[in-house]
Amino acid sequence: MSASVARRPITESPAWEAWNTLTRRGTVRVGAFLVLLFIALTVLAPLVSPYDPTDQDLSSALSPPSFDHLFGADQYGRDVFSRVLFGTRDALLAIVVADGLALGLGGVMGLVAGFVGGAIDAAIMRFVDILLAFPYLLLALIIVAALGPSLTNALIAIGIVYTPQYARMMRGQVLAVRSADYVRAARALGSGRTRLMLRHVLPNCFTPVLVLATLQAGSVVVETAGLAFLGLGAQPPAADWGAMLADGHDYFLSAWWIATFPGLAIFVVVLGFNLIGDALRDYADPRRRQ
Amino acid sequence: MIGTIAGRLGQLLLVIVGVSIIVFLLMHVLPGDVAQMLLGDHATPQSLARLRAQLGIDRPVWVQYARFAAQALHGDFGISLQTNHPAFDDVLIAFPVTLQLTLASLSIATLIGVPLGVIAALRPNSWLDNTVLTGSLLGVSMPIFWLGLMLLLLFGGILGWLPIGGQMPPELSPPRITGMSVLDALFTGQPDMIFEAIRHLLLPACTLATVPLALITRITRSEMLAVLTQDHVRTAWAKGLPARRVIRRHVLRNALIPVVTVIGLQLGLLLSGAVLTETIFSLPGLGRLMVDSILSRDYPVVQAGALFIAVVFVLVNLVVDLSYSFLDPRIRRA
Repeated sequence: MSASVARRPITESPAWEAWNTLTRRGTVRVGAFLVLLFIALTVLAPLVSPYDPTDQDLSSALSPPSFDHLFGADQYGRDVFSRVLFGTRDALLAIVVADGLALGLGGVMGLVAGFVGGAIDAAIMRFVDILLAFPYLLLALIIVAALGPSLTNALIAIGIVYTPQYARMMRGQVLAVRSADYVRAARALGSGRTRLMLRHVLPNCFTPVLVLATLQAGSVVVETAGLAFLGLGAQPPAADWGAMLADGHDYFLSAWWIATFPGLAIFVVVLGFNLIGDALRDYADPRRRQ
Repeated sequence: MIGTIAGRLGQLLLVIVGVSIIVFLLMHVLPGDVAQMLLGDHATPQSLARLRAQLGIDRPVWVQYARFAAQALHGDFGISLQTNHPAFDDVLIAFPVTLQLTLASLSIATLIGVPLGVIAALRPNSWLDNTVLTGSLLGVSMPIFWLGLMLLLLFGGILGWLPIGGQMPPELSPPRITGMSVLDALFTGQPDMIFEAIRHLLLPACTLATVPLALITRITRSEMLAVLTQDHVRTAWAKGLPARRVIRRHVLRNALIPVVTVIGLQLGLLLSGAVLTETIFSLPGLGRLMVDSILSRDYPVVQAGALFIAVVFVLVNLVVDLSYSFLDPRIRRA
C-alpha cells in the first residue's frame, strides 16, 4: 500500500487539486494576471518606461496626457507614466519587506509561544494583545514618529503592525499540530526540541500562514502608500505611488492626472491580490468550498 | 454578567498600562537624547547635564515612566511645542471633528450596507448578488485617499456641487458648543448654517464609509446565507409563516449579531483611519493633528493623541464585546 501512495500520479496530489480548483475561477485568473503583470513591471520598468522617472523637464511641467506623456507630466515636468511604472518597485518592496517582516516576526513569536507554552506563551501573547489594542494606522504612525519619516521606517512600522495576526495564526496552527501522532512519534524516536519544532511542526503550519500573507499583501501596499501620502513614508523625489498622490493632492484641481494614475495603479494591484486572496480563503475554508 | 464586566475591566487596565508603556518607550527612549537635540551639537557637558536633570531624563527609565504615567492620569502631557497650549487640550479640541466624521461614515455604511447584504443573500448568485459582491470587492481594494481625491475632483472641481474642504465656509461659523460642526449648526437653528455643515461633511463621510460599507455588506450577506440554511428557519417556513416574518424575526435577528460586532470594531478603526480623509479634506481632526505633530516633532501632542486614541479604541472594543453577550443569550449563559 505504501508503494501505491508513493507512486500516486501528480494529478491526484492536493496541491494539483487546489491549483485546478482555483484556476477554474475566472476571478482568480484575472487576479493572477494583474499580480504577474505587476511583478513583471518591477523588472521591466527601465525597458518600457519612455523617460527616466526623476528626469525634470520644466518646459513640459503640468502638461496633460498626450502622446509624448501618456499619463501627463507633474509639476517638475517628470513623466507620470514612467513614474507609475517605477512605482511598482516600492510597492513590491513593501510587500516583500513589510509583509515578510510581519510573517517572520509573527511566525517566530507564534511558533515559540505555541511550542514552548507556559509563561513564555503567556508573555508573548499578552504582548500581542497590547499591540492589537492599537488601531493599525495609529501604531504605524507612532512607530514612524519615533524612528523618523522614511520608506525604510515606514516598512518597519507596517511590518510590526501586521505582526500580531501572524503570531496568533501561527500559534493556533502549532497548538493543533503539536499533539498530532507523527509529532509524538518523532518525539518518542528521540528528536530534540529544536528538531521537533523546525522539522516536524513548522512545515505543517505554513499553508494558512501563507494564505494570510497573500490576503495582507494588498493592505500592506495601501498602508505603505498611505504613510507616504501623509509625508511619513518614501520621501521626494522617489517614484513612489503614495508620494506621487501627495504631489497630486497639491495640484488636483489644475492637474488631475498627477494623482489619478498612481492611485489607479495602487487600486489595480490591491484588487489583484484581493481576487487571489479571497479565492484562497474560500478554498482553505471547507464550509465555503462549494 | 457583573462578574464578566469586572473581569474585562481588569484586563482592560492591564492593556492600557501596556499601551502606555509602548507609547512611553517609543516617544521617550527611541528618539534619542532630547537634551542634545534641544541644545544642539555645541552644548557643553555641564549644560547638557543641567537640562537632563531639569527634564528628569537622567533618572532610570522606570522612574521616568512612573512620572509620565502619573502626569498622564491627570491629563498632563506637557505643553505643545507648536501652539503652547497644554497638549491634551489640543487633542480634546480636535477629537469632536474626528468623532463626527467617524459616526457619519459609520451610519452611511450601516444604513446602506446591511440592506444591500440582506438583498444579496435573499437572491444568491443572481445578477444583483453578483453586482453587490463585485462592488464590495472593489470597495475593499480602493485606497480611500485616492477615492477621496477623485470624489473631490468630480463633485468639488468639475461639477462644483460640493465644497473642496474644511468644515464650514469662512464667513459662516457657528459658536463652538460640542465641536461637531453639524450639531453646533443645529443648535443655532439657522437652516443655511445646517445645510452648509452637512454639505461639507458629505464627501469626507462618504469617502471614509467605503471600506466599512464593503465589509458590512459582505458580512451581512454571508451571515444571512449561513442562518438561512438552519433548521429553525426551515421550521418557520414549514409552519407557513409569511416571508417577511421569517426573514425579520428568524433570520435577520440571528444574522445581525456578528454584524453588530463588525460595526463596533470599525468604529474604533475609523477613529485612526480618519487621518487620510482629514488630510484630503483639510479637516482639523485628531488624525491630522497627530500627523502634523509627528512632522514637526511635537512629541507631547503625539503622546497625548496616541494614548487618547488607543484608550478610546480599547473602550469601544470592550463595549462591543459586552454588547455581543447582551444580544446573544447563548453567549451570556456560557
